[in-house]
Amino acid sequence: MLDLLSGFVGELRNAGLPVSLTENLDAMEAVKHIPIEDRDAFKYALAATLVKNEQHWRAFETVFEVYFSLRGPEYNVGDENGDGEFDPDNLEEWMSQQMQGMGGRGGGQDMSPEEIAEMLFRALLNADEAMMAAMARAAVTQFAGMEPGRPVGGTYYLYRTLRNLDLDGMLERLIEESSERYEGDMTQLAERLEREEFENRIEQLKREIEAEIRRRLVADRGVEAMAKTLRKPLPEDVDFMHASREEMANIRKAIQPLTRKLAARLARKRKHKRRGPLDFRATVRRSLSYGGVPAEPRFRHPRPNKPELIVVADISGSVAAFARFTLHLVYALQNQFSKVRSFVFIDGIDEVTHMFQNEEDITNAVHRVNTEADVVWVDGHSDYGHAFGVFWESFGKDVNAKSTMMFLGDARNNYHSTNAWVLKECQKRARSVFWLNPEPRSYWDTGDSVITEYSTYTDGVFECRNLRQLEGFVDNLA
Amino acid sequence: MSDTMFGDLSGVREGLAKVEYLADDGIASVVFLAERLGKPVLVEGPAGTGKTELAKSVAAMTGARLIRLQCYEGLDEAKALYEWNYKKQLLRIQADRGVDAEHEDWVELQDDIFQDEFLLTRPLLEAISAKDQVVLLIDEVDRVEIETEALLLEILSDYQVSIPELGTITATQIPIVILTSNNTRELSEALKRRCLFLHIDYPDLEREKQIVLTKVVGISENLAEQIARVVRSIRQLELKKAPSVSETLDWARTLVLLGIENIDVEQAKETLHILLKYQSDIEKAAKELTVEA
Repeated sequence: MLDLLSGFVGELRNAGLPVSLTENLDAMEAVKHIPIEDRDAFKYALAATLVKNEQHWRAFETVFEVYFSLRGPEYNVGDENGDGEFDPDNLEEWMSQQMQGMGGRGGGQDMSPEEIAEMLFRALLNADEAMMAAMARAAVTQFAGMEPGRPVGGTYYLYRTLRNLDLDGMLERLIEESSERYEGDMTQLAERLEREEFENRIEQLKREIEAEIRRRLVADRGVEAMAKTLRKPLPEDVDFMHASREEMANIRKAIQPLTRKLAARLARKRKHKRRGPLDFRATVRRSLSYGGVPAEPRFRHPRPNKPELIVVADISGSVAAFARFTLHLVYALQNQFSKVRSFVFIDGIDEVTHMFQNEEDITNAVHRVNTEADVVWVDGHSDYGHAFGVFWESFGKDVNAKSTMMFLGDARNNYHSTNAWVLKECQKRARSVFWLNPEPRSYWDTGDSVITEYSTYTDGVFECRNLRQLEGFVDNLA
Repeated sequence: MSDTMFGDLSGVREGLAKVEYLADDGIASVVFLAERLGKPVLVEGPAGTGKTELAKSVAAMTGARLIRLQCYEGLDEAKALYEWNYKKQLLRIQADRGVDAEHEDWVELQDDIFQDEFLLTRPLLEAISAKDQVVLLIDEVDRVEIETEALLLEILSDYQVSIPELGTITATQIPIVILTSNNTRELSEALKRRCLFLHIDYPDLEREKQIVLTKVVGISENLAEQIARVVRSIRQLELKKAPSVSETLDWARTLVLLGIENIDVEQAKETLHILLKYQSDIEKAAKELTVEA
């Protein structure tokens, strides 16, 4: 058990979860109090002690599935025809487990695809979970065509199984069936809810199938190998440029607290500095009571430091994925700062502050920026030089000692002139100028990237490809 | 504390159910472990999913006293841990002077005024020094500054408070400590390491239905089911603020009061403002509900 747990914790660390020694010890302690047969309780006990961030739950769950999927009777793998891998020493035990499992499992091998589909349909209709799980197993046996040692990923098997099951058709049938039950007597709302219910059940089925495939793969390839192939980056390590839809949604959720932190950092000074400059008039007046000796100096009340933020973001095609993220960041920032002005550019530049300001819904705002902002000047290829030039001409006067400027972009300028003097002027006037670059550092200054030329006039250029780096940027900003 | 306070895992579940808190497996396991390991629990999750309620229920279940520390920005030692009652101390000095000012020994006086008697206990110290069984709830711990978090560390790991003038006060019994956080900021590693972590999300369909059934008087099973389904449907939309469990309950109560048995689109739209708190969200949800699925 101890070995198993250390292996498990090791794999969690490999997956990037920060598991400390104390937490490890806590986990060992915790499982002592949990009846080992209770798989769910066991899982929650480990989670409570090892995972301290909700975002890491998914990663934990995957590793847990891999490590503990083969342990527990109802999770026993093994094909009906008996060529599954098992330990000969435990043959007897294994056999009895097989027998137990038989009832629920149903002989997948003997059933025709139509029969499976029919039974699955019944199970889905009646939300019979045990049956759904059993049919998921049968479907995998029947359709996935899994062979030991075949170097194919789980996604392939999943695809094969799902293609054969035709779940979309199944959904339609389910809805028809249920509306018949109500004899056409359903309100729109009820119908919609019914559909969602079925979608949900099918989603559950898919997860079941996926888990089943994973279990079999683990049996075939062994725990360590499987854990390795399933390793995915944690949400904070996901590259903005290559984030999937789902990952993007996670990233969006995480941005909110970050912007709050950023606002707090920038406004921090006013909290720590209690006194303003010397108030000469008040000091002289007070000195009268000491016979003209200014024994007690008076100070002005500090002027609250209201940071202003000017965000200038590249939204051209080369950084499209990053731009999506950028817009969300800008939107989130807008809620935190009293004064944010946002600009977007490709080769022309346009102010989009108003689009974010009165918009409660971020999707609308992003949509408006993408359709309404006037950012194309000639051909719609990035031209930082021209965009900056126009920026300075029209808005340069608004940059003052209170403003913090943030440039977001990869500085790929298509070999146009850079107009780096704009940044130089900005730096002279603004409180600070930062640049966030979504490209890996090794790509900087290759090809048409001119980041170094700009970076000389900033207070720092930061690589910003994932949440961790963004957080690092916010943390170091003091 | 007796080891058999909860008996076993299912005991926790049943106990919580008795005080009308429906725990899922995760919640029950963590509460059980918290008692067994004597560790604080950090509960995180969206607003209105029953984090604070959990603490109250645990207190009700065990018959313990609930001591609550509401966190806010600017919370400090004097309000969280202890404070010297300096007015009383002054009074004491004054009173002494009247009697025999000459013989007053400074050291003696100092010993005199730094005693339990002059100590104002604040929630944290109170929980530690309590003789009876207590549940300490540290609510919305993410609201204090990261520096103030350090205040909690000594209590959370060793159940003790060090007072320079008095020495260390150690707990006579280990209280059950529950911290809640809305995750508005990342809590420090040091704090997280000392706690068991529990994330409470919106409940699934079945559990939500059960919650509605337990908490709302006179609701039919059919209506509860419908309510749970509509709420799930709304939560799937991309909203500024998804409806919480407490809002679901409010909505259910409203529907019961209105005498509605089957929800249709019109009724749902008219009462949406109970479920959702932003105008833009209400419009969006209303639009979604009318569109043919």
